[in-house]
This record gives sequence, structure tokens and C-alpha cells, in this order.
Amino acid sequence: MVRFAAHRLGILVLSLVGASVLVFGALTLLPGSPAQVILGTQATPQSVHHLTVQLGLDKPLWQQYFDWLHGMVTGALGTSYVSQLPIGTQIWQALQVTGPLVLLGLVIGLVIAIPLGLFGALLQGRATGAVLGAIGQVGLAVPTFVGGTLLIIVFAVEFHVLPASGFPEWSHPGSALKSLLLPAISLGVVEGGIISRYLRTSVLDLLQSDYLRTARMKGLSMGQALRRHGLRNAMLPLVTVGGLELAGLIVGAIVVENVFTLPGIGTLLLTSVNNRDLLVAQDIVMFVSGTVLVLNLLVDLSYRLLDPRLAGRS
Amino acid sequence: MSAQAEPAGASGPAAAVAGTAGSAGPEVVGGPAVGTRRRVRSFSLVAGGLIVALIIVTALVALIWTPYPALAVDPAGRLAGSSGAHLLGTDQYGRDVLSRLMSGARITLYTGFISVLVATAVGIPAGLVAALYGGVVGQAVLRLTDILYGFPALLAAIALSAALGASTTTAMIAIGVAYIPVFVRVTRANALGVLASEYVMAARAYGRRPWAIVRRHVLPNIATTIVVQMCLLFSLAILAEAALDYLGLGTRPPAPSWGSMLQQAQGYLHSDPALSLWPGLAVFVVVLGFSLLGDGLAELFDVRARR
Amino acid sequence: MAALSVRDLSVRAQGLELVRDVSFEVHSGERVALIGESGSGKSLTAMAIVGLLGRGLSASGEARLGDEDLLGVSERRRCQLRGDRIALIFQDPMTALDPTMRIGRQVGEALRQHRGLSRRQAAEAAVKLLARVEIPDPARYAHSYPHQLSGGLRQRVMMAIAISCDPDVILADEPTTALDVTVQRRVLELLDRLVREEGSALLLITHDLAVVSEMCDRVVTMYGGRVVESGSVESMLTAPQHPYTDALLAASSAVSIDGASGEPLPAIAGSVPAAGQFPPGCPYRDRCPRASQQCTTMPPLEAVGDRTVACWHPVGREEPAAGITTEGTLK
Repeated sequence: MVRFAAHRLGILVLSLVGASVLVFGALTLLPGSPAQVILGTQATPQSVHHLTVQLGLDKPLWQQYFDWLHGMVTGALGTSYVSQLPIGTQIWQALQVTGPLVLLGLVIGLVIAIPLGLFGALLQGRATGAVLGAIGQVGLAVPTFVGGTLLIIVFAVEFHVLPASGFPEWSHPGSALKSLLLPAISLGVVEGGIISRYLRTSVLDLLQSDYLRTARMKGLSMGQALRRHGLRNAMLPLVTVGGLELAGLIVGAIVVENVFTLPGIGTLLLTSVNNRDLLVAQDIVMFVSGTVLVLNLLVDLSYRLLDPRLAGRS
Repeated sequence: MSAQAEPAGASGPAAAVAGTAGSAGPEVVGGPAVGTRRRVRSFSLVAGGLIVALIIVTALVALIWTPYPALAVDPAGRLAGSSGAHLLGTDQYGRDVLSRLMSGARITLYTGFISVLVATAVGIPAGLVAALYGGVVGQAVLRLTDILYGFPALLAAIALSAALGASTTTAMIAIGVAYIPVFVRVTRANALGVLASEYVMAARAYGRRPWAIVRRHVLPNIATTIVVQMCLLFSLAILAEAALDYLGLGTRPPAPSWGSMLQQAQGYLHSDPALSLWPGLAVFVVVLGFSLLGDGLAELFDVRARR
Repeated sequence: MAALSVRDLSVRAQGLELVRDVSFEVHSGERVALIGESGSGKSLTAMAIVGLLGRGLSASGEARLGDEDLLGVSERRRCQLRGDRIALIFQDPMTALDPTMRIGRQVGEALRQHRGLSRRQAAEAAVKLLARVEIPDPARYAHSYPHQLSGGLRQRVMMAIAISCDPDVILADEPTTALDVTVQRRVLELLDRLVREEGSALLLITHDLAVVSEMCDRVVTMYGGRVVESGSVESMLTAPQHPYTDALLAASSAVSIDGASGEPLPAIAGSVPAAGQFPPGCPYRDRCPRASQQCTTMPPLEAVGDRTVACWHPVGREEPAAGITTEGTLK
């Protein structure tokens, strides 16, 4: 297990380094000087030169890279050229929207997925089971931005029960949650669809499994056998999927925030891309990829811990 | 006996569990559960196939004919509801929505195709190399795959668009690259299975060269799995591409891509919700179609591979 | 007195009758072998008796355990009897154990269920049971997970589970088929000893006639979901009357046991049809060298002494009637 963890940690570091080189390279290797790109074609040579020095772009490439890495690690991300705000603060504020949104989305996804997958499998062969399976299939094909738009049409435009866009401060927790509800649902529907498919498959495998039959042979009722043997075994794939889908949710949030104009990470990323605020874009891309890669690592590790068959191997 | 597919997107552990859990039951040949599954299978296959066929036909028709030119602006007929002249109405510039949707099908298929092409053109050979050569080369391929694996496609595409500027090509290539690891893994895992089989051992004993074995034995045997995976990737690529267009980072207006149509219609959500509905529905149907087709094929070929 | 008495047991799926009117008895302390090729309905019969048929399969008839009909009692009562008074050892030990649970807990589970033992008592009992099935270092293996055990050891664990509550009847469904040839013998010897110690009745489903002759008292032959012959081991194996039993014997004595699967090599003409594909009348007539026009109607199961046989032209009693033509043998 320790060897495996070390091995996976090594891969994580390599992945992070790889991602940082790519992200850094994307900015640096742009045609023309970055300062020129940021300021646009109308800028005077003086202001371009001024910005180049201010951004440290006159230093050698490797030094720029390590300065940037150093900033990422210590949190000293510098100041956005466009908004003149500290980048760290901007990201932190955006996280306060995106974080809860993603968690709420995951909860909604699980609330949708668990009954769909479980009963879809248990009732397999009957009409209800087929319908539940079909709902999962349909759910995962609804793009978040389409689902979000539909939800706005129904709940905001037609019935005026929930806000279509915007986000108040967390100092008003009630209305803040209300603003997150529709976006979280549109995220949750897709993830719920995906997770329900995995769950359904693993429950079907479980129902056909010999060890469940052995448990029944010992005299356990179906309910007891499912609780004592089924749950543990069905949990394993669910952990993997849940973790991977959490990563999917983070990326999905980028799109959904745009639909509902929520001031989260995704909106910040898009605004900075559109404003050519490349420093911010670079930091966010790096931050999100880092989060996703770390999540993948945690999933792999927890899986090893949970599955005795894998625990001993490296 | 178990046609139920195992999510292929999941990494090794999940596959390992399902692999051991599926087992020989009692000596029943044809239980009713099998029959039901067969019915479901044919439903996925038929429904998915029909939808995909419909999209392809629509895209082909749009090449030579649409009710109106997709880009023809008509200031007088802005935001008209559906009528005999404009079946699905017109948008904020008076462009015919149906015509734009039809042209959009072409863009959608094109982007999906390029993404899949990129992913397979790199992923399959790399997977074969990893399966054939255990040494430094194989290890290097695997490690690279590990590093790329799990990197979100959409994020890669956004980053690339930010760097190179928004364009359809950038988006498609970024999405394709992000899915290379999936193909490396699927190809390698299945190729290893074939390489371990007795007839390949025999062919090796006869002194057949590795790549001849790949051509004669491995490729034909893993083809079905690859096709299934391609269908699923197609749906994912379309989804990602539409999201990028929606965010304004992919195909740019005025080109009638569904994502950007939806984005533009959003401004008229209160007055004209139907304008948002059509492109949204189109994306949904196509994604559903390809994922159904993939599922149907997976069950038909008895392939354990789902998203 | 019969420990297990099966009467007119039938198993249906989607209108197909996979097992039809199977009747036999297993007395206390008696060992009965159920033989026949794959697809003859042996495993289904066992599953139907314990009420663990797969989805979509339904059983009718009677399976009396003592004075209770397992098919007639409530599911609740069946759960109480299962694992306590009747136990089943499955064919494939590689998949029959829960991969995520330690061996000791799995072995003690039936005791906790039926005897209300505490977790600790069950754990102690499990170690003793593991010792009884001759697992070396039982305390250590009680803390292992199934994947850490070989197939032979896992099958011993299954046996420990089966005997944990001293059942009256043990059903063993080809318990050694999935094992290496080298360990098959020792696992069977263990089963033999355990059943003797427990005084349980044993229904052994097997392909291996050598095992039958060593371990069992009586034999029941099944084909096409029906019992075609039954009798004592000596009389059945020395003088089979049903042509199918005869063919099975010939196949196994011809040094043709395939070690890997334990199945007789195809020394019997033709192959077992798929479920529902058996011909009307005697199910064996398509493959039978003695078949005649008469065989298109099902022969009744006739009892002669301790023997029963369902055949119009039994081996060794009289020569087949003159009316048989060669075209009647094989389609």
C-alpha cells in the first residue's frame, strides 16, 4: 500500500509538473509578446515595455516559470493586470461560490442516482426497471447548459420561484442557497445519470454474484444479504465513480456558472480569457487541473484501502 | 453471460471488481432475464442507430439544400414564431432556425469526427505499442498515459482556446488529445487479452512477426471494443464541443453551431424561450443517439465498455 | 426415515420445463449421487430444493426436509431452515465467497444468524470450524480475505460454512469440478469424513463415477430434466439398465475423464441439447442406440426391486424389439 501510494504520488507530481509546463508554455509561446496580447494592438510600445517589466517577462524563461510555480505554491499569485485585484483573493472569493455549487451538485446527483441505479437493477426485467434505466440514460445526455436553460425557462421565467441568475453574498444564506439550487440541479442531473449507470451495472453484477447466493444459502434474507454483503461490494465502484464525477462536476461548474451568471471559478476563468487577462486564466487552469489530479489520486488511494484484493499489491 | 457493460471510463480497480464478480451461474441456458436484456439491447441499438442515421442524413441534405441559407439575415422577420414559412421560427436576425439547425448538424458531426480521429490515430497505435513492448518504450507510453489520464477534456480545450484563440479546430484537437489515454488503455487491455490467447501463442511459435500478428489477430479482435468506445467518445466530444461553443470558445458566430445558437438565444429567454429550446434539444438528441448506439453495440458485441 | 424427500419437483422458466417431475429420497446418513451431463438439470434441482433459483425460474412440487415442505413454507421459514438444517456447497469456490469480508466472519455468519452467537463467539467457532476442515493455521486464515486463499482452501472454507450449524442434509454441487486435479481427491476425502462425522445426509452432484463408487450408497441419473434411473451404487454401476447410464459408464471407464473439466469426453453420441430442445417422449431417444418408435412416448419410471428405470428398452433385460430400425437411432 505504501509503495503504491508512493508510486501514485510520483505520478501526481509528474502530472502536475506536466500540466504546469503546458499551461505556462501556452501563455509564453503565444505569437507576439504576452504584454502585447494583453494590451491589444492599440497599445504604445512604452506601455508594452512597461508591462513586460512589470510582469517579469524580461527575465529568462526558466526563471519566469519558477517564479510562477513559487507563486502557485505560496499563494502569492500577484495582481491581475486587468482588474487590478490580487489574483489570490479573486480565486478565493470565486471558490466560495463554486465549492458549494459542486458539493450541492454531487448531493443532488447522488440523490438522483442511488434510487435510479438501485431500483433500476432490482426491478430489472420489469417495466419499472426499464423506465428507471432509461431515465438514467436520458439524464446523462442532457448537457448542463441545456438543462440549465430549461430549468430557467420553467422555474424562473414561467413560475418565478427561483432566480435565473446572479448570486447574493453568503451573508444571506437563504437566498444564496436559492441561487445555487437551479445550477446545482442542472449539474446533478447529468452526474446523477452517469452515476446511476455505474450503480445499476454494479448492482446487477452483485445480484448475479455467487457470494450473494452463498449469503442466502447461510439463511440470510435477501434484505440482510444485500445489507451485509451487497452494500460493501457495491460501494467500491461507487467510490471511484463518485470521485471521478466530482472532477467532472468541477469542470461542469465552469459551464453552468456561465448559464446562471454565478461569480464562481468558471465565470472568472471565462472573463479573464475574454479580457485577455492571461495571468488569471493561467492560474485558474492550473488550480482546477491540480484539484482534479489530486482528486483522482484520492480516489485511487481510497479504492486500494477499501478493496482487500488490491490493498496488498503495489 | 453477462452482457451488462462495465464502465470503461473507470480505471483498473472497477474493472477488476466486475471481472471477478461476473461468474458462471447454474446450468441455465435461457432465463427470462436474458430475453429482456436482448429486447433492451435491440431498443438501444435501433433507437441509437435511427437517431444517428437521421443526423447524418440531415447533415448531408444541409450540404446541398436548406429551406433558407443558414446565414441569410432578414431584419423584417426577426424573432418570428413558427409558421408555414419558417417551421421553427426565426432568430434575432431573422435567420431561419430550421436551416441553421440543419447546417449545425454538419458542424456537430465534423467536430465529433475530428476529435475521435485525433484520439484514435494516436491512442490505438500507442496502446498497441504498450501491449507489444513491455520494456522502456511500453513503460514510457503507460507513464505518459497515466499523466494525461484524468485531465479534464473541457479544461484542456478552454486553456488551448485561451492561448491560441477560439476556433473550431483548436477545440476539436484539444478534446481529441484529452481522450487519447482512454484509447491507449482500452486498446492495450484488449490487445493484451488477445496476445495471451492460445492461437496467438501458436502464431508466435511459428515465428510470425509481432506487427503481422497485430494485423491478422489483434486488430480484428479488438475492433468491436474500439468501435463501441468511438461511439461513446463521439457523444462526449459533441457534448464538449457544444459547451465550448456555448462559452464562446469554439466555433464562432455567425456559423450556425448549436452551442453558439443556444448562447445567443439565451438573451431572449424571457420573450422567446422556444429559441433556446431547439438547439438545446438538438444537442440532447445527438448525444443521446450516439450514447445509445454505443450501448447497443456494446451489448450486441458483448463488450464490457461503457462510459 | 427420509431426511430429504423430493416429490414431483419441476422447474419452469418462460414456459420451458427445465426440470420435470423429479422424485427421490435421501435418508439420514445416506449418500446419494446425482449424475448426468451438464444441462441435465442437476444443479437446478439442487437450487430448487434450497429455494435459491435465479430470477425468472419457478419451482413446483415438494421437497420435504423432515416434516416440512421447503417449497411450501414461507420465505421467512425457508431462511430459518437454510444454512441451519440444510446446506449447499457450490461448484465454484473462487467466486462463492464475499471478496470484501474476512474469512472468519463469513464462516461464523450462519452461526450468528441461526444460533444467535455474539461476534466474539462466532469468531472463535469459526476458527474451530476452519481447523475441522483441515485448514492449516486456522487463526491466521480467519483473518485473511478470500483472494489470499487457493481454490482448494476456499472450497474447504465453503465446507466449513456448510457444516457450521450441523445440518441434516448437505447438498454438494460438483464441489471439486473447479479445483485442480491434485486437490480434488483430498477435498472429497474431507467431505466424506465430515459427512460421516455429522451424520448428515449427502446429495452429491457429480460427473465423476469413480467418486460415486467410492463415496455413495445410491445413484440417481438425470437426463433432460428428468430422473431416468436410480438404484444402489453396486447395481447401477455394475448393471446399468438405462442406456444413458450405460453410456455414462462406458464413457468414464474408457479412461476419458477430462481432467480439467471433469466431464466425460464426448464418448456418448451427440451432445446434450439446449434447454427446451429435447425431443418429446424420451428425452434421450435422439442419442440412444436402442431407441424405437415406442420411445416417442415418455416411458414411465418403473420400480423393480430397489431399482427404478424409465426406459422402453432397458439394457440387459431383453433385446430391443424387432421393430427397431437404424433410422430411429439418430436424426
